[in-house]
Order: sequence, then structure tokens, then C-alpha cells
Amino acid sequence: MKEIKELVRKDFLLELRQKYAINGILLYVVSTIFVVQLCFGRIIDESTWIALFWIILLFAAFNAVSKSFVQESTARRLYYYMLAPAVAIVISKIIYNAMLMFILGMLSLLVFIVFMGFPQFNLYLFLPAFLLGCIGIASALTMVSAIASRTGNNAALMAILGFPVVVPLLLLLVNASKLSLKSGLIPAEILQTISALFLIDVVVVILSVILFPYLWRD
Amino acid sequence: MIKGLWWKLTGLGLILFSIIAGQLVGVPDLPVIRETIRNLFYHVPMWFTMFAMFGTSLVYSIKYLSGNKLKNDIMASESVYNGIFFGILGLITGMVWAKSTWGDFWTNDPQLNGAAVSMMAYLAYAILRSSIDEKAMRARISAVYNIFAFMLLVIFLGVLPRLADSSLHPGKGGNSSTMEGLDLTMRLVFYPAAIGWIIISYWILQIRTRKRRLLQSVN
Repeated sequence: MKEIKELVRKDFLLELRQKYAINGILLYVVSTIFVVQLCFGRIIDESTWIALFWIILLFAAFNAVSKSFVQESTARRLYYYMLAPAVAIVISKIIYNAMLMFILGMLSLLVFIVFMGFPQFNLYLFLPAFLLGCIGIASALTMVSAIASRTGNNAALMAILGFPVVVPLLLLLVNASKLSLKSGLIPAEILQTISALFLIDVVVVILSVILFPYLWRD
Repeated sequence: MIKGLWWKLTGLGLILFSIIAGQLVGVPDLPVIRETIRNLFYHVPMWFTMFAMFGTSLVYSIKYLSGNKLKNDIMASESVYNGIFFGILGLITGMVWAKSTWGDFWTNDPQLNGAAVSMMAYLAYAILRSSIDEKAMRARISAVYNIFAFMLLVIFLGVLPRLADSSLHPGKGGNSSTMEGLDLTMRLVFYPAAIGWIIISYWILQIRTRKRRLLQSVN
């Protein structure tokens, strides 16, 4: 427990010391949204809004999470290996990436609303789905980046390995966003969508905890 | 004398039976589908076989992680390659069928999305394998990815189509169901076809793994 806290703190400190990484991603998000605004104009229909928003967020997530294991050199990996159990390391990375993803997501949502307007979402469905989606994408990509970091060509593999893993989640998120546009939603529908997202998140985290130790040791 | 001749002959016999009987038996005359319903005997067994292969590879990946024996890794990877082959056959037979009944080679349908994503996942697995040189490391890392991807695909194929409820495929909302209403004669051809193809796919798997092991001992 103490190790997880320290590792998360370490990741945040590292991020704050080398600000160019997070600033780069933010600039990427803003410029993409600006390009989208140039192409589509302000008035676009809701399903386009949803699709564009999640695609931009997905690519931001790929950028943000892919470096989470690459920056750890072999020597440093050995150092962590002696300091903390593998489970603590993967949980700390998931927590850190989920928090990073949530902050990034919130900022992109804000910029997106400023540039593109905000459809009449049912916030009781949209916000929990958004939160669970950020956690799910972050944890699935954490595991994928751990796999990709052990190979020679990291950047290309990150994309092709990550894509099939994230698509189920993304489709569910798009469906949830579309559902939250419907007027007169009944609580049962909201609960069903949220619980499906929650189920995926739980499965991803459990799988990461079980499988990560096999990636970590040499 | 070929070893295990009886089950190989059974598999061949079942496939031959399903191909011939599939053309001959009387089928119900459903609107839109009409005679193309016979493709059920050739298209659906491909997916069954693909899943049998991917399931086998999951089992061997778990075995590899718990025992670190390279022969399990050979089984796991060869069943993935074999499964991809049957997946491609399933895609082709499905696209031909879709063109004649739905009017397009590709439609936006949960089942099709699932098929596309699982093919992508396993093609990514093949690329992942080819990008690591060291044998033990390649085996371990690809086993981890295999288990991770399979579990997520099970959720994707198991949970999402039920939520979507708008599939063009039979048995889901808005389409005349053929699978549940499959009449007895069609069942009598369909199940032998599925079992026959699965048996033959295991034969192919056996030959492929034997070849890999021989190559390894030569090198």
C-alpha cells in the first residue's frame, strides 16, 4: 500500500518536472479540436460530436500512456524490481494513468465544449460513463504499453496492440454517449450501461494484476 | 498406416457429408434469404472452428505461463495462425452471403465488428511475435497478450451484441430468426459440418506443430 502511494507520487513528480510531455499532449488536443472546428464548423450533429470527441481523446490517451513504461530503462527496472512487488508497480501505474487520463479528458471536454458546443447530454449517464471510460482506457493501455515496451519497435506496436483492446470499450462509450442524448431515460437503462462499463474496467484491472508479473521478471 | 486414422476419416467424412447434403436437403423457403440459407452449412462452421482454435491457443498460453515449456508456446502460436486462416475463410463466405442478402459486402453490425476486431487482435499477436527475437521472451510476452486480448474479446462478443439488440444476424432484433427456428433437417447437416471442420482443424494444427518442432530440431 505504502509502495503504491510512493510510486504514484514519483510518477507525478516526474511528470511535473518534465512538463513538455503533458503540455505537448494538451497542445495536441487543442490543435486537433481547432482543426475539427475548422473542418466542421460549430454546428454539427450529435453523433459526429460524440465520434470526434472520443477519437481525439483516444489518440491523446495513446500519446499519454505509451511512454509510461518506455521511460523506465533496464537498470531502473531492476532497481524497482528490488524495491517493490510487481503488483504494486502495475497498480500504481494504473492509478497514475487513470488520474492523468481523467485530467486530460476533463480539459479536452472543456476545450471541446468551447469550440464545438455541448449537446444536451443526460449528465447522470454521461459523467459516470466518462469517468469509467477514462479509467478503462488508461488501464487497458497501461498493460499494452508494458507489453510494447518489451519489444524493439515500441511506437508502432503500441498502436496495433492497443487498438483491438480499446475498441470494445470505445464502442461501449460511444453507445453510452448516444444513449445519454435520449430524452426520458429510465434508471434501468442507465444502470445497465454503467454496469457494463464497470465490468470491463474490473476485468481489465484484474487481468493486469494477474498477468503483469509475467512481463516484469526477466 | 496413419496414426489416429479413425478420427481423421470421421472428420473428412463429416465434411464431405455436409458439403453434399448441404446442396441436396430441402430447406425452408424464407423471405430474402431463400436458397442462400445453404451457406449456413459453410459459413458458420468457419467461426466455430476459429473460436475452437483461439480457445485452444488460450489454454496453451496459460499452460506456457505456468510451466515455461516451449512446446506449449508452439501449440499456442500455431493454433492462432490456424484460427486466423479459418477466420479469413469465415469472412469471405460471410461477405459473399451478405452481398446477396443485405446488398453489401460489409455492414455495420455488432457481429461483424466483433469478427473484425478479433481478426485485428490476432494479426497484432502475429506481428508482436515477429518483433521479438529471443525465444523465451517472445513466448512469455505473446502469451500475456493472448490471454489479455482473448478475455476482452469474450466480453466484446458476449456483452456488447446483447446490449446493441440491432444485429442483422438471425436471432437478434429485427430479423427473421434462422438459428432458433432451424428445422431438424438443417440441424442434421449443420452440426456434422461444425464438428467435422473442428476435427480437421485439429489435424491441420497437429501437422503444423509437428513441422515447427522438426524445423526447430534441424536448426
